[in-house]
Amino acid sequence: MSGGQLSTTLCSERHVRRHPLRLELRGITKRFPGVVANDGVDLTIESGEILGLLGENGAGKTTLMNILYGLYSADEGQVLIDGEEVHFEGPGDAIAAGIGMVHQHFMLVPVFTVTENVVLGNEPTGALGRIDMQEARREVREISSRYGLEVDPDAVIEDLPVGIQQRVEIIKVLFREAEIIVFDEPTAVLTPQEVEEFFEIVRGLKEAGKGIVFITHKLGEMLEIADRICVLRRGKVVGEAIPGEVTPGELAEMMVGRPVELVVEKSPADPGDPVLEVSDLVVTDARNHRAVDGVSFTVRAGEIVGIAGVQGNGQTELVEAITGLVIPLAGHITLNGRDITRATPRERHRLGMSHVPEDRQNDGLVLDFDLTENLVLDSYYQEPYSRGIVMDWDAARDHAEELIRQYDVRTPSVDVLASHLSGGNQQKLIVAREFARDTALIVASQPTRGVDVGSIEYIHRRIVEERDEGSAVLIVSSELDEILALSDRILVMYRGRIVAETTPAETTPAELGLYMAGQVA
Amino acid sequence: MERIAPSHIDWRSVVLVPLLAVFTALVIGALIIVLTEGPDDVVPAYVALFRGAFVGISAISETLTAATPLIIAGLSVALGFRAGLFNIGVEGQMTVGGMAAVFAGFALSGLPLVIHLPLAILAGFIGGAIWGGIPGWLRAQTGAHEVITTIMLNFIAYRLIDYLLKQPAIIREGRFDPISKDVLPSARLPQLLDWITPSLRLHGGFILALLLAWGIWWLLFRSTIGFEFRAVGSNPSAAAYAGMSVTATTVLVMAIAGGLGGLAGANQTLGVLYSVSPGFTSGIGFDAIALALLGRSHPGGVVLAGLLFGALRAGGQVMQVRSGVGIDLITVVQALIIVFIAAPALVRALYRVRAGEGAGQLTRGWSA
Repeated sequence: MSGGQLSTTLCSERHVRRHPLRLELRGITKRFPGVVANDGVDLTIESGEILGLLGENGAGKTTLMNILYGLYSADEGQVLIDGEEVHFEGPGDAIAAGIGMVHQHFMLVPVFTVTENVVLGNEPTGALGRIDMQEARREVREISSRYGLEVDPDAVIEDLPVGIQQRVEIIKVLFREAEIIVFDEPTAVLTPQEVEEFFEIVRGLKEAGKGIVFITHKLGEMLEIADRICVLRRGKVVGEAIPGEVTPGELAEMMVGRPVELVVEKSPADPGDPVLEVSDLVVTDARNHRAVDGVSFTVRAGEIVGIAGVQGNGQTELVEAITGLVIPLAGHITLNGRDITRATPRERHRLGMSHVPEDRQNDGLVLDFDLTENLVLDSYYQEPYSRGIVMDWDAARDHAEELIRQYDVRTPSVDVLASHLSGGNQQKLIVAREFARDTALIVASQPTRGVDVGSIEYIHRRIVEERDEGSAVLIVSSELDEILALSDRILVMYRGRIVAETTPAETTPAELGLYMAGQVA
Repeated sequence: MERIAPSHIDWRSVVLVPLLAVFTALVIGALIIVLTEGPDDVVPAYVALFRGAFVGISAISETLTAATPLIIAGLSVALGFRAGLFNIGVEGQMTVGGMAAVFAGFALSGLPLVIHLPLAILAGFIGGAIWGGIPGWLRAQTGAHEVITTIMLNFIAYRLIDYLLKQPAIIREGRFDPISKDVLPSARLPQLLDWITPSLRLHGGFILALLLAWGIWWLLFRSTIGFEFRAVGSNPSAAAYAGMSVTATTVLVMAIAGGLGGLAGANQTLGVLYSVSPGFTSGIGFDAIALALLGRSHPGGVVLAGLLFGALRAGGQVMQVRSGVGIDLITVVQALIIVFIAAPALVRALYRVRAGEGAGQLTRGWSA
C-alpha cells in the first residue's frame, strides 16, 4: 500500500470505529548475530484488555514489539489478526492494520511543531491537497484536552523537554486511532501524578475497546494496570500471571531468574567535607529563559543528594552547567574548593567529576563505536590507554573486558557495537565508564530510566557503594521511588528554583508530588 | 595474533556493493556505447580501455601516475567524512598547495634535492592546510557550513592563481600566457621508471601517496587524535560530553584535510607538470569525493578506488585514441559508480544482496 493511499483512507475513516481485533503472535523467533532475541514466543492480545509485557532489558520485549509493528521481520513464526496471517512490510502496514506504538525512544522530527509531528503522514487536507493546519491544530488540541495530555500544539519539538515529547508520541498514536496500542516504557518520564493520569487514559482506552500492550519493568505499575502479565526472559515466555495472584517479589524472580532485592540497602550517610558547592546559579536555555533561576546547594563527600522534579523544570540545564556543557549566566560552582564555573568538561573530568547523562544514546555513547572505544571515550588520552598520541588498544581492550565483567554488561564480546546492546546494558556500560575512575563527584541524570529491575538493583547498589567510598553523588531523577530509595537528602526543583529540601524519612511521595507540582504544602 | 583495529567491517556493504556498483556502471557504459556508437564498438572500446590501463609497463605507469593525486585527494575527503565534515574544497586546496610548492620549487635555489624537495612538499601541505583550515575555523567559530565555504574558496583559489600568474616574479620569462616558471630539478619528485624508458612518467609521488594512506589509517585508528576525529564524526554530542573539543577537532580535521589536498596539488606540480597553469587540477579534487565514497572513507579503500579511477583515466585516453569512443564515457561511468554507491539500496535490490548492519549512511551530509 502506498503512503498516499494510506493517508487518504485513514483521514476519511478516522472516526469510523473498526471492529474489535484479536492479535496473535505464534512461535515468533528472531535472531541477531550472536543473540536469539525471541525464541518461539506465543502471545495473544485482545481488544478491551491490558496485557503487561514484563522482562529485563535484552529479554526481547522491544524486538517482539518491533516485529509486531513491522519494523523487523521474524525469522520464524506468524502474526495473525483475527485468525488471518498478516505480513507487515513496514510500520505503515501495521498502522493500517490498527496497530499503534509509542516507542521508548521517540520518533519525532525535532524541527517540526507538535501539530506537524502528530499529523505527519496523515495530514488533514483541504482543497488541492493543501494541509489544513487549522484543522490539524484543532484535532491536536481536542485530543490533548480529552486525554489530559497538556501540550502547546505550536511548540517545536526540539525545544520541548523529554517528558513533553513523550506526550506528543502518545497523542500521535491516539490521533491515528489504533485498535491495539503498544506502550514501550511509557511511564519512565512521568511524575507520579502524571502516571496516575496516564493510567486513567489507558483505562479509558481499554473501556473504549482498545487492546493495550504495556511494556515496563516497573513491577508496581504492572500490577496496578495490567489485566494479564506475560513475563519474558532471554527471548522466551517464562510465565503468565494475573495481578492480585502474585507478589512483586515473585514477579521479579520470574523475570530475572533469581531472587531480587527490591529495596536499596544502605547505611545512614556519613557526610564529610563539601565537594560540590553551587551558589546563586543562573542558567539560560536555548530560548534565553532562565531555566535555572538562582539555585544554591551543597553536596558533601559520602552523601547522595537527589533532585526531584518534573521534567523540564531546569534540572537538565542545572546538570549541563555543573558538568561544563553550558556556561552559566551567573553564579558559581566549586568542586573541592576549586572554582570550576568556567572550566571545560575535560578539566572537570580530571578533577574527579563523573557524569551519567540523561540521554544515554545521544550523549552518553557513540553507538557505532564498539564497547572498548566507548569505555575509553573520556579517558583515551591518558595512560595506559595511550602514550603521547599513540593509542594502546590492547590496554583499552583489557580495561574494557575487566569492566564488562565487573559491571555485568551482557554482551558476546567487547568488540560489538554499542548500538547492539539493550538499553539496560548500554546504561551499565556508561555507569562502568563513569564509576570505574577515582571519582570525587558523580552526577547522574535519570540513572535507571528504561532500565530493568535487575539492572536497577545493580546500578543503585553501585551508586551506594560509590557513596560509601567517599564520593559525593548528585542524582537527578523524575522517578520518586528512585529519589526516595537512594537519596540521603532530597531537593525539589520547580520552575528553575529549589522549592523544598527534605530527607526520605521526613517526607512522603504524596508530599513530594505536591512540591513537584509547585503547590507548596 | 595481532589485534585488528577497532573498525567494524560488514563485508557485504564494504566490498560487494562497491564491486557490483563498478560492474553495473560498466554494463550501463556499454549500453551507452551501443546507443551512441553501435553494438560493434563495445568490445573494441573496452579492450582498449583495459589494455590502456593494465597491459604493459607503460600502461601500468600511466595508471599509477593518474592514481597518485587521486589517492592523496581521496584521503583528504575521506578524512573529512570520518570526522563528519564534507570537504568539497580539494580543488582549491590543490590549486593553492600546488602553487605554493611550485613557488618553493623555483624561488629557492642552490639547495640539494634532499632539502629542496621536502621543503617544496611542505610548502604544498601548508598552502592547502591554510586553504582547508579557513573553512574549518569558520565552521567552528560561526557555524558556517563547510560545504558552502569550501566551494567558495575553490573559486577564490582559481582567481588567486590567475592573479599570481600575472606577477613578474612568477610568470615564466618571455611568456604572456599564464604559466609559471619551472620547478628546479632539485625540487622535482624523482622518476621511478625512467631507467627502463625515459617516457615512463611514474614518480616518487606514488610512494608518498601510499605512505600517506598508511599514515592516515594510523592517525584514524591508532592515535588519540583520530579517535577524537571519529568520535566527533559519529556523535558530536557524546564527544562533547566526554570532554572532547568539537570545535578544535573541526579546525584540525579541516587543516589536515586541506593539507592533503595541497599535497595532491604539489604531487602534480612537482611530479608531473613542473609548473602551474590555470586548471592544472583537472577535476581531481571533485573525483576525490567520488573516490572517498567508493572507498568507504577508509584509507585502504581509497587506495583501491584511486587505482581504479587512475586505471579509468589512463585507459580512457587509450580508448579514445584507439576506438574513437570519447573519454567522456569515463566520466559517465565514474558518475554511475557514484550513483550506485550513494544509493546502495539500488545495487542491493538489483543483485539481492542482503543489507548489513549500519549500511547505507555515508556522511552526516547537511545536518549542522
